[in-house]
Amino acid sequence: MKLDLAIEELHRSENHLVTVLTSMSDKHKSDHEVFYVCRDMAKWSRQHVAELARVGRDFGLRLESEASGEPAVLETMKQRASELTGRRSVPGLLLLADLRHLYREAAGTSVDWELLAQGAQGAKEQELLDVAERCHPETLRIARWANSHLKVTSPQVLAS
Amino acid sequence: MVKVDRIAGPWGTRTPYGPGETWPSRVDSYLADGLTEEDIDRWVQSATILHSNGDALDIAVKDERIVGVRGREVDRVNHGRLGPKDLFGWQANNSPDRLTKPLIRRNGKLVETDWDTAMNAVVGRAKDLLEEQGPSAISFYTTGQLFLEEYYTLGLIAHGGIGTSHVDGNTRLCTATAAAALKETFACDGQPGSYTDIDHADVIALYGHNMAETQTVLWTRVLDRLAGPNPPKVICVDPRETPVARAATVHLAPRPGTNVMLMNALIHEIIANGWIDRHYIEAHTVGFAELEKQMKGYTPEVAAEVCDVPAEQIREAARIIGTAERLLSTVLQGFYQAHQASAAAVSVNNINVIRGMLGKPGCGILQMNGQPTAENTREAGADGDLPAFRNWSNDEHVKDLARVWNIDPMQIPHYSPPTHIMQQLRYIEEGSIRFMYVTATNPAVSLPELRRIRELLAQERLFLVVQDIFLTETAQLADVVLPAATWGEKTGTFTNVDRTVHLSEKAVEPPGEARSDLDILIDFAQRMGLEDKDGQPLVKWTDPEGAFEGWKECSRGRPCDYSGMSYDKLRGGSGIQWPCNEEHPDGTERIYVDGKFWAQPDYCESYGRDMITGAPVEKTEYKALNPTGKAVLKAAEYIGPHELPSQDYPFQLMTGRTLYHFHTRTKTGRAPQLNAAAPEVWVEMSASDASDRGFAEGDLLEVSTPRGRVRARLRISGIRPGAIFLPFHYGYWDAEDGSQPKKKHDGRAANELTLTDWDPVSKQPIFKTAAAAVQRISKAEGQVSAAPTTTASAPVSGADVPATTGGDAAQSEELIITGGRP
Repeated sequence: MKLDLAIEELHRSENHLVTVLTSMSDKHKSDHEVFYVCRDMAKWSRQHVAELARVGRDFGLRLESEASGEPAVLETMKQRASELTGRRSVPGLLLLADLRHLYREAAGTSVDWELLAQGAQGAKEQELLDVAERCHPETLRIARWANSHLKVTSPQVLAS
Repeated sequence: MVKVDRIAGPWGTRTPYGPGETWPSRVDSYLADGLTEEDIDRWVQSATILHSNGDALDIAVKDERIVGVRGREVDRVNHGRLGPKDLFGWQANNSPDRLTKPLIRRNGKLVETDWDTAMNAVVGRAKDLLEEQGPSAISFYTTGQLFLEEYYTLGLIAHGGIGTSHVDGNTRLCTATAAAALKETFACDGQPGSYTDIDHADVIALYGHNMAETQTVLWTRVLDRLAGPNPPKVICVDPRETPVARAATVHLAPRPGTNVMLMNALIHEIIANGWIDRHYIEAHTVGFAELEKQMKGYTPEVAAEVCDVPAEQIREAARIIGTAERLLSTVLQGFYQAHQASAAAVSVNNINVIRGMLGKPGCGILQMNGQPTAENTREAGADGDLPAFRNWSNDEHVKDLARVWNIDPMQIPHYSPPTHIMQQLRYIEEGSIRFMYVTATNPAVSLPELRRIRELLAQERLFLVVQDIFLTETAQLADVVLPAATWGEKTGTFTNVDRTVHLSEKAVEPPGEARSDLDILIDFAQRMGLEDKDGQPLVKWTDPEGAFEGWKECSRGRPCDYSGMSYDKLRGGSGIQWPCNEEHPDGTERIYVDGKFWAQPDYCESYGRDMITGAPVEKTEYKALNPTGKAVLKAAEYIGPHELPSQDYPFQLMTGRTLYHFHTRTKTGRAPQLNAAAPEVWVEMSASDASDRGFAEGDLLEVSTPRGRVRARLRISGIRPGAIFLPFHYGYWDAEDGSQPKKKHDGRAANELTLTDWDPVSKQPIFKTAAAAVQRISKAEGQVSAAPTTTASAPVSGADVPATTGGDAAQSEELIITGGRP
C-alpha cells in the first residue's frame, strides 16, 4: 500500500500551490483581479492541505494541517514592489510567466489528485475518495483560471 | 385634473387595483412657466431618460424650445405616469452651460475650436497609434444613455473597423451583473419577466433593489397593487430601511458582503421543505443535484450568524417565497455592486427556476437595469460583447457577424473576452492603451478609487477624447471635447428592462454647434477611412433610421430580434417588446414560456463562467453539460468579502443613489426642483452607532478609507448598525474646485473612498463593501443634513428634520382616468 506516499506528495503539492498563489497575488497587487482571485483560490488549497492532514492520520502520517505561508514582511515587500512598477509595461510579461507557472503547478497537482482518487478506489478507501472528489474539482478550477487568464492577458502583452 | 407636489410625493396619487386587473391610467405632466396645454406648439414622442424604466412620454415644444413633458397614456409601461426626474429633469437640456463648440487642449488648456480641427486631431492620433502599435492601443468607453443606433454604430466601428477588443460601457457599473446572471442561468441575455407580472404576482421579492427610488413608476405600480384588494406580499433584502423595506412583509437586512450566504440559506430552505417543482426541474434544467448537494450546509442558523439576520426571519421569507403561487423576483445594485455579485444574482434565478416560476403571468425575473438604454448597450455590443447576443467564443457566430458587416472574420477580435473598463484602466496604467474615446459618461466621478482614476486619465501619454453635453469632471481632463446633442435633440430608439422598445424623436435643435452622437461617430468612421472588404464605407448609413434598419438585419434570427419593427410601427402607440419578427409581429410579452430557452450550444450567447474565478467555460464542456439547451442551475459557495472592517476602519461603507438624482448629477443637478430636494452629499449611520459616538443629526463628519476622505453631514437613518451609506452622485463640477478636490479634505465624491475590486464573473466593480472610519469635524449647531426625508434617507422617528417638499415649483398635474383602458 503506497497511498500514504500519494497523500504526502499531494500535501506537498497543495502546500506549494498555496505559496505560488499567494506569492503571485502579492507580486501582482496592481492587477486587482489577479490579486483577489489568487487569494480566494489559495483558500481552497489551504483547505485541501487541512483535509489531507486529517485523512493522512488514518494512514499513519503526521502532516501539518496549516499551509506554510511566506513571512508577512516578504508579502508586503512584493506588494509594494508591484505598486511601484505598476506604471511600467514589464509586469505584463512577468504576469504571463507567473500564470504559465501556476497553470503547470495546478495541472500537476490535479493529476496527483487523480492518482489519489484511483488509488483510493483500488483500496476501497471511501473517506479518502470523498476527500479527493471534494478537492480535485477546485484544483482543476485553479488550472482553468490560470489558462483562461493567460488567454485574456496575452494578446495585450504580446501585441503591444 | 389635480396638482400635486411631486417632490414631496414622488409616487403621486394611488389608483388601487386587484390581481389580474389592468393597472388604471394616470396621466402626469409638468409644463414650465405656468404654460397650459393650449400654449404648446407641438408634442413629440419619446420616453424617459433618467432611469431604466422606459416610461413613454411626449415632449412639449413651444417656440422651438422644450417646455415640459406629459406621460403617454397608451403605453404599456407607465399608463401615463412619470416620476419626479422625468417631470423636471428635461430642464437641463436648456442649461446655459451646455457645450456648444468643440474644445481642444492647447498649452495645457482646453480652448474652443472648430469641428474640422477637433476631428482631425482625434483621427490623426488614432491613425498614428494604429500604425505604430495596432488596435490594442485604442479603447472605447461608452454609456447606458445613448440610443440603440449609436451603440450599434459604435460597436461596428470599434469591433469591425478598428478591430479592438477594448470596448465597454458604464453599464459595467450598473447592469453587467444582470447580463452575467442571465447568461449563467439561461446562457443568454434577455429579460424573462414583464412589468405586467406585477399585476398578477402574489409575492414580489426585491433583492438589493430599492425600486421606490430607482424606478419610481414601477414602484407606483406595486404601491397601487398594495393599496388594492388581495395585495401581494413583499420580501425586501436591503441593509437600509428603504421605502421598499417599509412596505415589506419581511425585511431582511444582511451585513454587507453576505448576499450569497443569505441566498444559499433561502434556497436551502426551499429545497429542504420541498417547495420545488420537480417536474419542471426534471424537464427543463440541468445541475439540480449539484445545487441540492452544495446548499446542504447553508442552514438558516449558519446564515443568521454570518449575515446577522435572525434565522426565523430567513425561514419566514423562505416560506413566503417557497409557497408563492406567482412569484416575481427583481434584483438591482444591492446585489450587482456587491461582493460575489453574479453568484448572488444567479441564486435569485435559481429560486424562480426550481419553483418553475417562469414564462407565466406573475412569474418572472427582472434582473434590472439602472440606465435608460443599458439594455441596448448590451444587445448592440457597445459593452464589448458581440451584437445581437452573438457568442464571441463561437466561430460560427463570428463568421455570421462578418457576413452582416461584409468584413473578414479575422478583423473581429474574438480571441478573448472583451476588455472591461476596469481592465482597460489597468492597460492605461501600464501604458499599452494610449487612446480612449469616452461617450456620455463621467468616469472621473463614477469609477472607484477616484484619485487613481484622475491620475490615469490625466496622463500625458493617454489621448483622451470626451463626447458629452456638459464640461464634466472627465471632460476637463480630455485632450479633445466633442459637444453632443442629447435626448430631445436627436432621434433614436431605446429599450427598457422588460424588452420594450420606444422611439424617441427629435423635438428641437441642439444648441450651438453640438451634433448628435450618431453624426459624430459616422464622421469619425469616414475620416478614419474605415471600409468593408469591398472597399465600400464600413458604416453604411447616414441617419438614425438607416442605422435602425442595419440593426434589424443584424438582429434577425437572434433572441433580441427587431426585424419585425420599424420607426413607423413605433410611432403613435405603445412601445413594443422584442423579439418582434414575422412570427411575432406585435412583439413578445413573455419569453421562456414552457421551459423553452435560448441555451442550445450552437445558438446561445455564452457558455458561462466559473462562479468564483470567473474563468470562461469552454464550448466542449458546455456541450457536455447542457446539450439540449436547458436552464442551468449553478451553485456558488459563499466566500467572505475582500475588505473587512478592522479596528482602524470599523464601518462597512456602501454607496448608492437617491430618488432625485441620476449618476453624477450632470442633468439632475441642473434641474432646480431636483437639485433642491437633495442639494449636497450626506452620510447615513444607524441610531445606535451614532449614539455610541455621541453624534447627532447634522454633525459634519469625515469618512475615510485608505484611499481618500469625504466630508458630509450626518443623517441618522434606518440603516443597519455597522454600515454607513454615502450617495455617489456628488462630484466637483458645481463646486469651486471644478474637476477634483483642491485640498485633501474637500472630497465630496463617494468614490474617493471606494476600492478597486470587482466581481470576477461580471467584472462589475464593488461599491458596497469598503472598510471605513468616521470622525466628527464639527457639531451640527442647528444645521441638518441635506438628505431627503421621503426616501431611504428618511430620519429616524422623532428627529426634528424639516420634510422634503418642492413647493410651488414642483406642482405637477395628474389626470386619473377612471374606468381604465379597454
